[in-house]
Amino acid sequence: MSTTLFDVRGPRARVRHGVYGVLTSIGTAALVAYIAYRLYASEQITGDAWEPFQDPEIVFGVVEGFGLTLLAAVLAIALSIAFGVIFAAGRLSDSALLRIPSIVVVEFFRAVPLVLMILAIFLGFGDTTGRYGALIIALMLYNGSVLAETFRAGINAVPRGQSEAAYAIGMRKTQVMLSILTPQAVRIMLPAIISQCVVALKDTALGFIIASPEAVSVGKQIYSNYGNPIVTGLVLAVVFIAINYTLSKIAQILEGRQRRKGRAVLATAPTTAAGGAV
Amino acid sequence: MDALIENLPRILRGFLLTLQLFGAAGLIAFALGAVLAGMRVAPVPVLRAVGTTYVNIFRNTPLVVLFIVFVAGLPFLGVQISFFARAVVTLSLYTAAFMCEAIRSGINSVQQGQAEAARSIGFTFGQTLRSVILPQAIRTAIPPLASIFIALVKNSAIAEAFGVIEATQTFHFLYNRHPSALWPLFVGTALGYVIIVFVLAGIASRLEKRLAVIR
Repeated sequence: MSTTLFDVRGPRARVRHGVYGVLTSIGTAALVAYIAYRLYASEQITGDAWEPFQDPEIVFGVVEGFGLTLLAAVLAIALSIAFGVIFAAGRLSDSALLRIPSIVVVEFFRAVPLVLMILAIFLGFGDTTGRYGALIIALMLYNGSVLAETFRAGINAVPRGQSEAAYAIGMRKTQVMLSILTPQAVRIMLPAIISQCVVALKDTALGFIIASPEAVSVGKQIYSNYGNPIVTGLVLAVVFIAINYTLSKIAQILEGRQRRKGRAVLATAPTTAAGGAV
Repeated sequence: MDALIENLPRILRGFLLTLQLFGAAGLIAFALGAVLAGMRVAPVPVLRAVGTTYVNIFRNTPLVVLFIVFVAGLPFLGVQISFFARAVVTLSLYTAAFMCEAIRSGINSVQQGQAEAARSIGFTFGQTLRSVILPQAIRTAIPPLASIFIALVKNSAIAEAFGVIEATQTFHFLYNRHPSALWPLFVGTALGYVIIVFVLAGIASRLEKRLAVIR
């Protein structure tokens, strides 16, 4: 934290803050206990609700579901990066013929809800793509568009003197892009790309809407059969939190390292302009 | 195309519900996000820990999973509120985590001298935050807050799978009746979202210009 909104505390403030701390702890503990009691009383976290997760077959199904979730995220990110590079290049092009269609594509796919995209692709092309394919294509279009904007911002974040110097020694635009700007931009963008991976991984959960074979769809089958949405939701949430928290930490560490080296860096927080990815 | 034109009133009703979800969840999430941001910069370590835990849990869980826990799960706890209300609760709790982080980044961008000046004239932490820091922080945080509001509009589409008849659910319903009109219906619905997103982005950039803090 860069700002300190409070002074170094004296003895009385320390006592007072200690009291606040104890009160908050008690309040939070009471809230958690109350929720746990309600869950228990309504038989949501009793042994029966956990029963499906003792069945090796179901546990294996969940693990397999998460495997497919991760695979979907990896495929979607790889395709998104390709999509993003192409459309970022389009937007940075000097030719209006390339630039304007790129702007339309990027702005459209960023503004449309992913759920709607997944549904439309599945309903329209589901016979060819299958459920899993429809999910991955929709993720590619959405995350690719967001990444296109990240890439553009990354290229623009390289200090102007770099490209000016390159032009001054007689390089052409393509050469400036490929040999001067892109290598520097990649470093700047890395944390933002990793954050986008978190977004893509979370969004694979939307495959649930078209019952594509990933973790949340597996979860839906479990809670529909056993009537335990809360326990199932908790299990799914814990795994997702573990994966995403790790990825976010990696992004933060990279960001911190770049900053310490005094390089520009795109923030990892999802704060792109209109249509940002959250 | 006919399917789109004939059903325009129904589609507009869907978007009305989308906007209601957005309005209700947006207000609650913003208020909760501001409180959480306050907790995350507070002098009491326990408050900071609670705020951090909240943000890490809700930010890293897919929204669909939260929908399962709250929309499908709450009735099992004997909480009998409508689908709409449960969707608002879910969207608010999720979005608040992002709002908190946006506001906190705004707080961090307010110059240290502002807080020091407030302390030197005897303001308490609460007063400093309320009257000096937050008003400036929220102005600085307008662009990230705007993208979170925009994401909220798009995220509200998830409610379609949980029985809220908003715009995307309407699209799904109309498709089932007129399967041949898939693309007109898709483009019509998509354009509705594009318009909402662009209006929000426009409002944000005007607010940003008008409220910019001169440093």
